Amino acid sequence: MREAVDTPGFLPMERFQQLLDLLSQSGYRCVAPQVKDSALLFETIEHINALPRGIEQTQAPGHYRLQQTDSPRHFSWANGPQALKPLTFAPRENLWYSEVTADGGLRFREAPTETEPLAVIGVRSCDLAALKLQEQHFQGGQVDPYFLARRQRLFLVAISCTHPADTCFCAATGDGPEVRNDFDISLYETDRGYFVSAGSINGEKIVQRLSLETGDPKAFSQARKEVADSAARQSRQLPGENLQHSLFTNLDHPRWQEVAERCLSCGNCTQVCPTCFCHSENDVPDVSGVKTGHERQWDSCFSPGHSYLHGITLRQETSQRYRQWLTHKFGSWHEQYGRSGCVGCGRCIAWCPVGIDPTEELAAICSPSTGKAD
Amino acid sequence: MKPFGEKPRIAVHKFSSCDGCQLAFLNLGGDLITLSQRVQLTHFLEAGLDAPDTPVDIAFVEGSLSTPDEVERIRKVRDNSRYLVSIGACATAGGLQALRNLDNKHDEWRDAIYAQPEFISTLEHAHPIASEVRVDYELWGCPINSRQLLACINSLLFGVPPFDNSEKLCLECKRQQKVCVMVTEDKPCLGPVTRTGCGALCPSFGRDCYGCYGPSENTNTASLSRRFAGIGLLPDAIARRFLLINSASPAFNEAGLAVRAAGEEKDGQ
Repeated sequence: MREAVDTPGFLPMERFQQLLDLLSQSGYRCVAPQVKDSALLFETIEHINALPRGIEQTQAPGHYRLQQTDSPRHFSWANGPQALKPLTFAPRENLWYSEVTADGGLRFREAPTETEPLAVIGVRSCDLAALKLQEQHFQGGQVDPYFLARRQRLFLVAISCTHPADTCFCAATGDGPEVRNDFDISLYETDRGYFVSAGSINGEKIVQRLSLETGDPKAFSQARKEVADSAARQSRQLPGENLQHSLFTNLDHPRWQEVAERCLSCGNCTQVCPTCFCHSENDVPDVSGVKTGHERQWDSCFSPGHSYLHGITLRQETSQRYRQWLTHKFGSWHEQYGRSGCVGCGRCIAWCPVGIDPTEELAAICSPSTGKAD
Repeated sequence: MKPFGEKPRIAVHKFSSCDGCQLAFLNLGGDLITLSQRVQLTHFLEAGLDAPDTPVDIAFVEGSLSTPDEVERIRKVRDNSRYLVSIGACATAGGLQALRNLDNKHDEWRDAIYAQPEFISTLEHAHPIASEVRVDYELWGCPINSRQLLACINSLLFGVPPFDNSEKLCLECKRQQKVCVMVTEDKPCLGPVTRTGCGALCPSFGRDCYGCYGPSENTNTASLSRRFAGIGLLPDAIARRFLLINSASPAFNEAGLAVRAAGEEKDGQ
């Protein structure tokens, strides 16, 4: 049963441009998913013509395809390879610079942080949940100023999902498909337009200036039903909410070896994962030999450097690296952040070059029927 | 590492190769002037410097060992150099020339190609530099780029071992937010088994990686081969993916020959 809610105002499809215009007038650069290189990527947008109108998608293990349909909708698909992560946690950035001074000393300079106001159109509930986890990691204890600056400039226009991919399982993790909080503006899409509500003071300022029609309660209830139905269509499940115990009592399960025969240890799953936060840092001196930049870049538990200690890579084997990824994401994450690190977006399934599906691996490793390896 | 003197001497030697890796020096442009204030280039034929026997701190060696006199020459280079760095696929893995190692038809090919084969003196197999002399560091790639070269020189000048980045290309491809061509278009990309360093050049243009930077660490070529078969490549086509620019590197050599052997066995049935 769903709670009774007020019907939000309605923005007809032909007035959707207003939203972009108002955001742009308020100083935001807008980015929205657009078709590029056979996928949906966040790109700068000025006119709604650039939105993926009528685009639908097929996702399966190791497989991602877009199709053009006659649908008038702009958001009839689940996701692209990017979440919000690249916008808040940069794939590569300079943290600081150092330079040898004339007297032979060293001078350090902070790298400037990103402050350009950015409005992201079409954020999914799984990505909002992932952002929250990233906030816990980067702002929870020691605040990361680079993440914080990138996060604070964001204006989030979220949209509830009506077209989950076959790889999606946000209903199983409890992170979707309906957008409930942590947004500036929330949208429900119908063939005719959008139900629009504000979730923050900044969002309210924009929503007030939109030429909204009074929302039809019946149409709104139909829009919400579509979202609920999309949850019911998701077929992938997890073998439990907290898998910490079952994972850590199955560290010698033969399945780790079996999956390692398929796994390329290429790290693609961790790079498209919206919550993975591993990174490495290194110094990049310039040609003069007196200046250097200290870079941070995305890294992965599948890379040899992740377990490198004093001249030895501890996790040489792919089975050990795969086990590290799954036991952390679905196991020890609970201890660290109070929940699993998975938001059910399914990107790790679709973007694995050989189509490994962690939900299948977890079922094999954690299900009581298979039990422990003897 | 013992520090270098005031202005370390550098030589660039060429063996059997296309000269392309040496361009990583010349492509530095204005930076080459800055670099030449920190080091002294003593031998570099492509830049007009001819002093092959001058002792140096660092010798960069391009090309494979493909002729009997090259085997002699590399020993002299080794004797005259404190550090020897092989640059490019030819020097580190035998390069394209090593394709001739696969079929053992050296004499037939030579006689078919050259009008007067009696003037040609080549080894039956092309070898990487490390097969003959000790190599201190290797820069992979066909060709290598200025970024790699500069990082290597800087590290040596700072007195630290150059960082040997053997991670898979996929990580760099994703950092650059490129879309996976295997997942979206079924292209047989070698990125998941190939060493990083090129900056994900081919996938940036929608192309599948063809492995010119050689094998990464921890390669699972068997799984990738099965995936290539799944997208419709015949065994011979899969073998050719591995047996190209770095055909003599152990990981790609074994992978290619294994697929080829399995395909021939199937054909024979």
